[in-house]
Amino acid sequence: MRERAPRQGLLRRSVQRAMVVVGLAIACAQASGREAEPVSANPALEARVMALAAELRCLVCQNQTIADSHAELAEDLRRQIRSMLTKGQSEREILVYMTQRYGDFVLYRPPFKTSTALLWAGPAMLLALALGTLAVVLRRRQRLGNDAFEPDTDSVSDDREAAPDAKSG
Amino acid sequence: MKPRLLWPLGIFLVLVAFLAVGLGLNPREVPSPLVGKPAPAFTAKALAAPERQLSKDDLLGKVWMLNVWASWCGACRDEHPLLVAYSRSGGVPIYGLNYKDKREDGMAWLQQFGNPYTDSLFDPDGRIGLDYGVYGVPETFVIDRAGVVRYKHIGPITPEVMRQKIEPLLRQLNA
Repeated sequence: MRERAPRQGLLRRSVQRAMVVVGLAIACAQASGREAEPVSANPALEARVMALAAELRCLVCQNQTIADSHAELAEDLRRQIRSMLTKGQSEREILVYMTQRYGDFVLYRPPFKTSTALLWAGPAMLLALALGTLAVVLRRRQRLGNDAFEPDTDSVSDDREAAPDAKSG
Repeated sequence: MKPRLLWPLGIFLVLVAFLAVGLGLNPREVPSPLVGKPAPAFTAKALAAPERQLSKDDLLGKVWMLNVWASWCGACRDEHPLLVAYSRSGGVPIYGLNYKDKREDGMAWLQQFGNPYTDSLFDPDGRIGLDYGVYGVPETFVIDRAGVVRYKHIGPITPEVMRQKIEPLLRQLNA
């Protein structure tokens, strides 16, 4: 009995986990079921709408583009993009339209300007700094004599022999 | 301690400082590109009277506030008493933008909680809201005599925001 109790717990837990997975799957299926919103009959236009929507951030759920988001605002903005494209406005004009209303924040690829310079150049600067530091450290070590380092040992076999001892002790 | 050993500590402290500042910011508060620019033009029907049209030009020459609200918005209810009290005490006119709402719901809501608005613009499909960059309700704009947006507040107005931000600005604009 003592032995079985934890196993039952394990079984129950895995059943619970399975139920969660099934529940999530159903929720996802429902979510994708919602996706069938009225779209225009023109697949080429729809592809342009979605391409543009993938460039724009949904301001309600900020880590999603308005192509991915089910938020009402995202649906509104997709509809707006669709109607602007239908009127013959260009992608560029639509991005300007959105930026005028929601700021650069709405762009998933923010433009390069003084306020975003650190954002764009930061990673490259950090990489350069890291490579520079590495180069300096390596060059310094190269200049050191052999006596500055500990002698090499046949450490692999030593470690293996030590392992069982550590376990039993 | 050798100074070179202090380097990692220094870098760590800089990181901590960045994180501390970052955690203090509210990512929901997206700075509005409209501040300092002319408020977008609109022509809308009044919520209470569909036959009456209101446009931005009607409001030129006075300082006013535009408060975006909806009957389905819980946070609007939180700030509402503050707006009602403000409008009773005089001060600048507040115009409501009834955002994506049903006319009868909006009117019933005002009946129930009080009406601080000189008028409410009816924006059932959120078109005016889109022009104003509204992405949640409530939002509040302060617009000056020349029709330029001077301030935008996202989320419910708290007494502190009213006292520290909005009222001083209104005094300055009305001076």
